[in-house]
Amino acid sequence: MLGLGVLSLVLMFVDHATSWLDGSRSALTAALTPVFVTADLPNRSARGIQDMFSSREDLRGRITDLESELIFLRVRTEKMAALTAENNRLRGLLGSAAKLQDNVLVAELIGVNPDPEEQEVLIDKGSRDSVFVGQPVLDSRGLVGQVVEVSPFNSRVLLISDERHSVPVQVLRSNLRLIARGTGIGQQLELLHVNSTADIKVGDQLLSSGLGNRFPVGYPVGVVDSVVYRPGKPFAEVLAKPSAQLGRSRHVLLVFTESRVAEDANVTSGKGDDRGG
Amino acid sequence: MIAVADNRTGGLVIIWVTIVAGMVLAVVPLPQFVPVELGFLRPDWVAMVLVYWIIALPHRVGIPTAWLAGIAVDVLLGSLIGQHALSYVLIAYVAASLYQRLRMFSVWQQATILFALLGLNQLTGFWVESVAGHTDWSLWYLLPAVSGAFLWPWVFLMLRSIRRWIGVT
Repeated sequence: MLGLGVLSLVLMFVDHATSWLDGSRSALTAALTPVFVTADLPNRSARGIQDMFSSREDLRGRITDLESELIFLRVRTEKMAALTAENNRLRGLLGSAAKLQDNVLVAELIGVNPDPEEQEVLIDKGSRDSVFVGQPVLDSRGLVGQVVEVSPFNSRVLLISDERHSVPVQVLRSNLRLIARGTGIGQQLELLHVNSTADIKVGDQLLSSGLGNRFPVGYPVGVVDSVVYRPGKPFAEVLAKPSAQLGRSRHVLLVFTESRVAEDANVTSGKGDDRGG
Repeated sequence: MIAVADNRTGGLVIIWVTIVAGMVLAVVPLPQFVPVELGFLRPDWVAMVLVYWIIALPHRVGIPTAWLAGIAVDVLLGSLIGQHALSYVLIAYVAASLYQRLRMFSVWQQATILFALLGLNQLTGFWVESVAGHTDWSLWYLLPAVSGAFLWPWVFLMLRSIRRWIGVT
């Protein structure tokens, strides 16, 4: 009993202080994947049954809706492509680096950390799909979080609403740069060190600022929910609601930003310059 | 089933199947319509299953089994490797030294002892987390022990009927 107890203590210390155990942890996670899959079965089968009982008309309606949405989004993407090219050409004229094109990989949620204090989810992509620790994760509406643990078949994502997580943001309207920290259970973000004179109000959109080189620039993070000035306190209390559907969206996107892409983009913007000149 | 009765490995399979079932219950996501706060009530299923087997078959399930299960739970929950292993070893030690007395108790008397054991489990977990630099203590941490104690009679009766049905000795 004493031996195993001491062994546990030593393991904890090693795990806390070093990264020596990461390999064995990821191997064990891979071995225990069936547990996660089984735990997800009720959810999965509930959706399966729902699909089975949805009628032909419902499905047809959904397809029509999705098709019209697809056309709408396609038009916007085409416009976006033109704007990106123009933007990069202008940035080239200013002599600044071109914006990067981000590649994404779709992953499915297979588990949620059962401890409500810890805002973590498990996704079905791992090191086999070249997911790496620190990789930003998005959903269709905004920033979700970052990868904190990778194993061959799945990885753990820390959500931006976790108390241990902070993300550098920028207010879209006033370009004010701030840090948004998670609040835990409330699934809200708290903006740190906001001056009482700062230009921020309810409804302001927060984007990732890209400072800290962890998250890509310009993805929606949240919308300011409440601004409270307390007399006698040096900073205002500002809360924001995350844009992403944290822990509720079934599919998330893993972002790959390659440095090689940056060079390519520079080359193309250089060509643009030549043509301009 | 009768063939399994005198087969040691067969019994071991059943014991581990119940432990893994406890692990599945430990990580199963709550449905959307349930408030998140309900997650605080989730008992430590693996600890309860371990305590049952230690009381029922102390010569087969003991501290080494508890330690292995603890390592697996640490990996599943993403906690420090060794955290659950340590707390399971502790409660397995207490349960193994009390098993003769626990067998004599009625199921509700056992439940009160379970409350103490699961409380010890939570306390150890909290102690490790506070050393690693986490949160403050609050009585909320004992909620899983309370819910675990209330669920103990059902866990006990179900596991006993499984054991008798399959004949694990």
